[in-house]
Amino acid sequence: MYKIVEKVDLSENVVKMILEAPAIARKRKAGQFIVLLTDEKGERIPLTIVDSDAEKGTITIIFQVVGKTTAAMAAMNVGDFFSDVQGPLGNPTEIKNIGTAVCIGGGVGVGVVYPLAAALKQAGNRVISIIGARTKDMLILEDEMQRVSDRLIVATDDGSYGVHGFVSTVLQNLIDAGEKIDEVFAIGPVPMMKVIANMTRPYGIKTVVSLNPIMVDATGMCGACRVAVGGKTRFACVDGPEFDGHQVDFDLLTSRLRMYCEQEGIANEKHRCGWNGN
Amino acid sequence: METDVTTDRKEKKEKIPRQPMPEQPPVERVRNFAEVPLGYTEAAAILEARRCIQCKKPGCIAGCPVEVQIPAFIRLIAEGRFVEAARKLKEDNSLPAVCGRVCPQEDQCEKSCILGKKGEPVAIGRLERFAADDERQKGEIFIPATAASNGKRVAVVGSGPSGLTIAGDLIKLGYGVTVFEALHKAGGVLVYGIPEFRLPKAIVEAEVAYLEKLGVRIERNAVIGRLKTVDDLFAEGYGAVYLAVGAGAPVFMNIPGENLSGIYSANEYLTRSNLMKAYRFPEYDTPIVRGKKVAVIGGGNVAMDSVRTALRLGAEEATIVYRRTELEMPARKEEVHHAQEEGVRFELLTAPLEYLGDEQGWVTGMRCQRMELGEPDASGRRSPVPIPGSEFVLAADTVVVAVGTTANPIVPATTPGLETNRRGYIAVKGEDGETTRPGVWAGGDIVTGSATVILAMGAGKQAARAIHAFLSKA
Repeated sequence: MYKIVEKVDLSENVVKMILEAPAIARKRKAGQFIVLLTDEKGERIPLTIVDSDAEKGTITIIFQVVGKTTAAMAAMNVGDFFSDVQGPLGNPTEIKNIGTAVCIGGGVGVGVVYPLAAALKQAGNRVISIIGARTKDMLILEDEMQRVSDRLIVATDDGSYGVHGFVSTVLQNLIDAGEKIDEVFAIGPVPMMKVIANMTRPYGIKTVVSLNPIMVDATGMCGACRVAVGGKTRFACVDGPEFDGHQVDFDLLTSRLRMYCEQEGIANEKHRCGWNGN
Repeated sequence: METDVTTDRKEKKEKIPRQPMPEQPPVERVRNFAEVPLGYTEAAAILEARRCIQCKKPGCIAGCPVEVQIPAFIRLIAEGRFVEAARKLKEDNSLPAVCGRVCPQEDQCEKSCILGKKGEPVAIGRLERFAADDERQKGEIFIPATAASNGKRVAVVGSGPSGLTIAGDLIKLGYGVTVFEALHKAGGVLVYGIPEFRLPKAIVEAEVAYLEKLGVRIERNAVIGRLKTVDDLFAEGYGAVYLAVGAGAPVFMNIPGENLSGIYSANEYLTRSNLMKAYRFPEYDTPIVRGKKVAVIGGGNVAMDSVRTALRLGAEEATIVYRRTELEMPARKEEVHHAQEEGVRFELLTAPLEYLGDEQGWVTGMRCQRMELGEPDASGRRSPVPIPGSEFVLAADTVVVAVGTTANPIVPATTPGLETNRRGYIAVKGEDGETTRPGVWAGGDIVTGSATVILAMGAGKQAARAIHAFLSKA
């Protein structure tokens, strides 16, 4: 049993939780994730470990309410327990001193890019971060990203805060301005990652994306999370979740993410489909 | 076997036929996930047990990889002493209710039964199942005394049949045993792979609970190689490590279209249905595709389990696609027979070449090729050879790929000094499973590749002896 020790609503539909999981907290590295179950009848869902505190024995997760399980999680409170938390899973991010890294996070993906930005900064890189949301109220982790970035640029789709436009607009502006960029880390909705990868390809800027396919066991035994990278089938849970964005078949990922739309609708009538594509 | 003949003559056995096992009728069972064979009544068990001629040199024991004292437990059943029979079984086998159901007895204990030479062998598996079920149903689970703690600890990685067997054996010898399981439930293939209609999960839970009552600690959600490495386990004070992580990585055929939606590995399909209880969706949260036309590729037990699961999920047409003939199928005859009774279609001597999909990326069928059997190869097996011009399209909205599994590399890749063979399985020096890394043993499918529950249990039994000898010297 894994206790909730802190819960914060970051925006209307996005929740941050700190969980007691000492063994995971000790071992976890940036880029890794957990699988959790709410209870006996629950499903296994993957979530990135946003932060950890080895001394306190805690890990931090951030999730958006998109379907039955995340809605049930949002209804849980401090002192409640998850029946199972498995991790750390996946390969840690390769953190090296590469020069200037641009860390891009969209929506709840900011929670995934935050630990990467922090680790890249600690490794001595110059970190430029671009974070975005549909509107000002949906923006998360601005202060945290500010702390781990040399420069932070915020964008909102509706222009209610920061730059009016998408995170990709901001990246294009940086490239056009002649900013020296050694590597891009882009994490967020699939359409966003696809746009960013297509944008950096002609410039030959290495672009790492973190993929979010459907997972079940997340230890390499089922292939639910299979993705095509460079024409080869890879399992995101053990070969990833990070891959070279220029090699990923994003259209395949998009169609596989829709596989259970109908059932997700049955599971929770409030949410037509757990994965809404943006 | 002169002695057997003498015994036979002396006791003047009446001719009792092998007792049949009642089963759910096919038309009913294909609509539910309840167990198919219903088990012996007390009267049938006693009759069947009386068929055993109590050989002085029984071949059946040697045919059992965990060396169950077969004539002894069967004699207890014949005398109506059922609970004592269960205890006798458990002296050698920590999972009798499982083994009585899923062992291929026809290739093991029953193959060596002397009665099988002229007629039908004693139904050892059915009797084992009866005794174990009787004990559990009466709630008279007996917890035997274990040796006093010897202060030494052993880590077991994986809670499948091999890991559970060694845990049961070592705890009885006084070791502190911790089993590390990656998933949230213990049992390995017994919980995620074998369906409810062949092995009810409540039975696996009861046998795992029995081991925990003996004192075995099970740490769930613990992926060794990620949460802790084998080095970490030694640093924590474990004197020996047994690796029983199975061969859980699915094999795909690498043919075009394999990543279309609606195409599953058998591991995923069965894990969703069995471990996550997706067949009870939406009462349980995990969804599964309930295809109308389901094709299962392969001819082993996993393929039979998948195709029979598809029927129970509501498939109108469930088809096995296998590239050889029924004769070469690796599945147990009983499983093939059950599938046939339930209405499974068999496309034999057929292999898929490519999957076809619609605009949404969902599978609609596959292009197949007919095969014929060629000359026997070096191993004596006749390999399938494509027949030119025989291509055709088989419609399917769901496909399950059950063409085998292979080694999962997480543990070998994170354990320095642990050698593997070319196919990624852990290399061992002899039958007891000693690896190239001192203090580390391995057994079950991670050594042999996909095999049977009982062989994995036999490996656990042998490694228990070796680890006991190793730690007794230390």
